[in-house]
Amino acid sequence: MGKMVKVGMADLNICLPPDCITTLGLGSCVGVVVYDPVRKISGMVHIMLPDSTKIKNNENMAKFADTGIDELIKYLIKAGASRASLVSKIAGGAQMFAFNSNNDMLRIGDRNVEAVKEKLKRLRIPILAEDTGLNYGRTIEFNPETAELLIKSVGKPSKTL
Amino acid sequence: MADVDIYQMNALQFDVLREIGNIGAGNATTALSKMLNLKIDMQVPKVDLLEFKELAEVIGGAENLVVGILLTLEGSIEGMMMFVLDKSSAHEIVNLLMGGAAGAEDFSEMELSALQEIGNIIAGAYLSSLSTLTNMTVTSSVPYMSIDMAGAILSVPAIEFGKVSDKALLIQTEFGDKGTQVNGYFILIPTLESYNIILGSLGL
Repeated sequence: MGKMVKVGMADLNICLPPDCITTLGLGSCVGVVVYDPVRKISGMVHIMLPDSTKIKNNENMAKFADTGIDELIKYLIKAGASRASLVSKIAGGAQMFAFNSNNDMLRIGDRNVEAVKEKLKRLRIPILAEDTGLNYGRTIEFNPETAELLIKSVGKPSKTL
Repeated sequence: MADVDIYQMNALQFDVLREIGNIGAGNATTALSKMLNLKIDMQVPKVDLLEFKELAEVIGGAENLVVGILLTLEGSIEGMMMFVLDKSSAHEIVNLLMGGAAGAEDFSEMELSALQEIGNIIAGAYLSSLSTLTNMTVTSSVPYMSIDMAGAILSVPAIEFGKVSDKALLIQTEFGDKGTQVNGYFILIPTLESYNIILGSLGL
C-alpha cells in the first residue's frame, strides 16, 4: 500500500501506483479524475467554479473547470501519460443547502458539473463514471492501479465506480 | 470609504475584526448559554486569511461530521454567517432543550426544526451586535441547515469567496472546550466590499 496523495480545495495533483489520490469532503465542488489506464498515471483536480473567464481573479488554475482540467492534463502528459488514452471519472457538485431564494448559489453544484462535462467533451476525454448532484458531501479516493474510484458519504454505504 | 486589501491588512485592522468577532460571538454565546441554562466558554476569536485548501481545517478537518447552519447576509453588509456544531453537540443541545433521551443517531423532524431555530436566534444575536457596532443594517436570510462533512459544508461559502479571491478571510470563534458538552464555531464571512464597509464605518 502506497501513500495517499491529498488534493485540497482548488488544488490539483497527480499520482502513480502504488499511491492513491484523494480529496476530502467535496460539497458543491467537483472532483475530476483524469487518467491514462494503460500507463496507470492519474491526476485529480478539485474545482470550485465553472468558468475562469467570468471572473477577474483567476490566477489559481485549479479553481476553475476550464483552466483546472487543462492544467491537470499538462501535468499528466509531463509525467508520461498519453493524451489519446486519457479517460475520466467525476464526482461531487452537490447542493449542500436547500436555498429557496432564486440565487446563483442555488445551482453552483450543477453548474460546476455541467462545466466539467462540457470541458471534457470538448477535449474528447470520455467520462467513464460519475456520481454527481444530490445533496450530500463526498470523499473520493482513486486508485490508479485498479482505476477504481471509491466514494464515501455520511450515512450511506460507500460505492466504487 | 476605506480601501482595504485583505492581503495587506495592518495589525489594527486585524484587531478590529477580531473585536467584532469577540462582541458578536460573545452575544451569541450568551444567548445560547441562557437558552440551555448551561455555562459555555468562548475562545479568543481568530481572524485568518486562509487558502481554500486549509479552510476545512479550521473546523476540525474536512471529514469531521458537523451540523452547519448558514445564513446569507443582506443589507449594507453582505456575505455569510455560519454556525457550526459537532454532531454530538447538536444532539446534546436538542436533548437539553426538548428533554429527549440521548443516544439516537439521527435527528427527528422536530429536532431539526429546533436546531434551525436555535441557529436563527444565535446568528441573530451575533448579527445584531455587528449591526449596532457598525451602525449599519444587517439583515439575514432564513437559516439553511445541512448535516454533513465539514469540508462539504464549507465549500458553499468558499465558492462565494472564490469568485473574487484566492484566499478567504474569515472571523472565526470557537465556543465550548474539549471535554465540555457543547462545542462549535461561529464563522462570519463578509464579502470583500463588506470588509471595506465594516472597517470604513469604524473610521479605519
